[in-house]
Amino acid sequence: MSSITGHSAIDELPTGDGRPPLEADQAGTGRLGDRIFGGLATGSGILVIALVTLVGVFLVWQAVPSLLNNDANFLTSREWVTAGENPRFGIVDLLWATIITSIIAMLIAVPLGVAVALFITQYAPGWLSKPAATLVDLLAAVPSIVYGLWGLQVAGEYFEPVARFTDTVLGWLPFFTYTGTPSAKSTLAFAGIILAIMILPIVTAISREVFAQVPTTHKEGALALGATKWEMIRTAVLPFGKPGIISAAMLGLGRALGETLAVTLLLSALNASESFNWSIFGGGETFASRIANDAGEFDSAQKTGAYIAAGLVLFILTFIVNAAARVVIERRKAFSE
Amino acid sequence: MKIQRLGTMASLALVGSIALTACGSDNNTGTNAEAGGNTASATANEDCFDGTLNVEGSSAQKNAIEEVAAKFGETCSGATINYNPSGSGAGIKQFIAGQVDFAGSDSALKTVEKDGKVEATEAATYCGSPAWNIPLVTGPIAVAYNVEGVDKLNLTPAVAGDIFSGKITTWNDPKIAAINSGTTLPATAIKVFFRSDESGTTENFTKYLKAAAPANWAGEPSKSWDGKGEGKAKSAGVAEGVKSTDGGITYVEWSYAKDNNLGVAAIDNGAGPVELNSETVGTAVATAEQTGTGNDLALKLDYATKEPGAYPINLVTYEIVCSKGEDAETQKNIKAFLKFFASEEAQKSIEEIGYAPLPPEVQTKVETAIEAIS
Repeated sequence: MSSITGHSAIDELPTGDGRPPLEADQAGTGRLGDRIFGGLATGSGILVIALVTLVGVFLVWQAVPSLLNNDANFLTSREWVTAGENPRFGIVDLLWATIITSIIAMLIAVPLGVAVALFITQYAPGWLSKPAATLVDLLAAVPSIVYGLWGLQVAGEYFEPVARFTDTVLGWLPFFTYTGTPSAKSTLAFAGIILAIMILPIVTAISREVFAQVPTTHKEGALALGATKWEMIRTAVLPFGKPGIISAAMLGLGRALGETLAVTLLLSALNASESFNWSIFGGGETFASRIANDAGEFDSAQKTGAYIAAGLVLFILTFIVNAAARVVIERRKAFSE
Repeated sequence: MKIQRLGTMASLALVGSIALTACGSDNNTGTNAEAGGNTASATANEDCFDGTLNVEGSSAQKNAIEEVAAKFGETCSGATINYNPSGSGAGIKQFIAGQVDFAGSDSALKTVEKDGKVEATEAATYCGSPAWNIPLVTGPIAVAYNVEGVDKLNLTPAVAGDIFSGKITTWNDPKIAAINSGTTLPATAIKVFFRSDESGTTENFTKYLKAAAPANWAGEPSKSWDGKGEGKAKSAGVAEGVKSTDGGITYVEWSYAKDNNLGVAAIDNGAGPVELNSETVGTAVATAEQTGTGNDLALKLDYATKEPGAYPINLVTYEIVCSKGEDAETQKNIKAFLKFFASEEAQKSIEEIGYAPLPPEVQTKVETAIEAIS
């Protein structure tokens, strides 16, 4: 079981006559190919693990000197002065913008993506489901800058009335106040919506694959017991697909957290004297967008280190989110097996 | 079947990438070509040379120097000029360390002590002769706006300071109306856009506000904005922001204002409103005080200038060279390239990409200085 070159317990026949156990896979055919493939697979796995570890080590290595130099609290300060002798920088604003845009994106994309996947696998007639699936997959192939430009120059203006309406109805909540600045297309909320469109194909594609794997017997069993189509989906399809949906959501979230170009194009940065507010109709910068925006001016190790420290937080954030998702999936498995 | 298809895709990708690389190397041959093509063009420009000049410094002059280098390469195919836009400070550092042939910088070599070092002295020690600042690229900064129904706008530094620090918030504010008689200003809210990335443009614009309107602009000149407004990425971002926002205003390199058809405010420093064009920028550069001596053409641009017809918000960038270098060959090459840079042809070509050409008075001085490099 532990070997990947083709030895396995199945090859070993329990023999009682005292001769040494069979060396499995002594048969000539396929052995070399087996070995090459196994080696490549192991190599790839190790390579990826090594890469991620090295990225982590690099980030820490570069960030630590700058963090030690930092006069402000890195986790609680809103300042961002990275150059000079007394740098003061903190990540509160960046963290908030990154998390809120991703949450908005998830709130929209996950239900929508699951619904689209259900439509394609359960409701759509055969002639429609294939083309529909392909179309959704095509969304994933659109470069992110195209989404950014589309949001900025086409879709953005239609968001202004939405923001105003939300402000009149829900404006008493600090989350939804809209002052008119920045323009609606440059707000965190709109960036979240564009992110949602960007991660929709990921969520849809994975959910679709999982839903398609639901054993027909489960579905037919549910229908035979008198369940309506929706009840069948609720009792047979969704529970079976839950780990898949979670995986899909996590992949999408990873993209939303780290998306750079579209967000940089859309969001308006706050000016230095602006006070912090909770509104989703405000401006801001995410980790990725600020790093990308300032990358041209990394002229000292101190400054570069500060930005890399911000990148490190993003790295850790993604790591935590993924680990949490793993735990959820594992627990699901334990229940369903 | 599957494997075959994979193979086809792989070969497609391969062909694609080869085609792309082919494009890339095509461009290079223009500058890397051997002396073969050079004999023919040598008659066209006697100052052609075979070799490479490595230059590093200000990103503000990157487009200009690349444009001129490309033009230079057209006639002198054996010459390659590499420009690394790592910033003025880095360029000067590399120059003093002998890593590059000359440096490009937003500001002349400092003659006062900073961090225990005097740049001008250090450069002179490296060269074994005084290092000269030669102004070759002028980049004006436009105050660009987009207000429906307003196609002509005058601003004084004081009013500009108030607008950019958020003290004036509507376009029909009496302070703006007072300097724009004859223009009907709407009650639209003013939306200030600033560069959210660190930028030399921000630094120069805040230098201008600080120098010309200290009472209205409290912030210190800096690469990051400390006024009001909403931040957009890079010049393209602020220009787009203003273009799509009624009531928007920003500061941006002239070329971006032109390309986006934005209104450009005339600046009134005290001697009447001055529009932004090559001529008014030239006047400002021509009347700037020369702080260097002899062929060292370090200029002191007076942001608060009251010279009639001088547009005050400019950035002059220099090439910093050894007046006498140890390596005669390199000095000769530098001289040849700079001579072309100062020529009317080269200065015209950078005007098309949003820089302003040198005024004739300065151009003559620059040519004299370049001639004296040995």
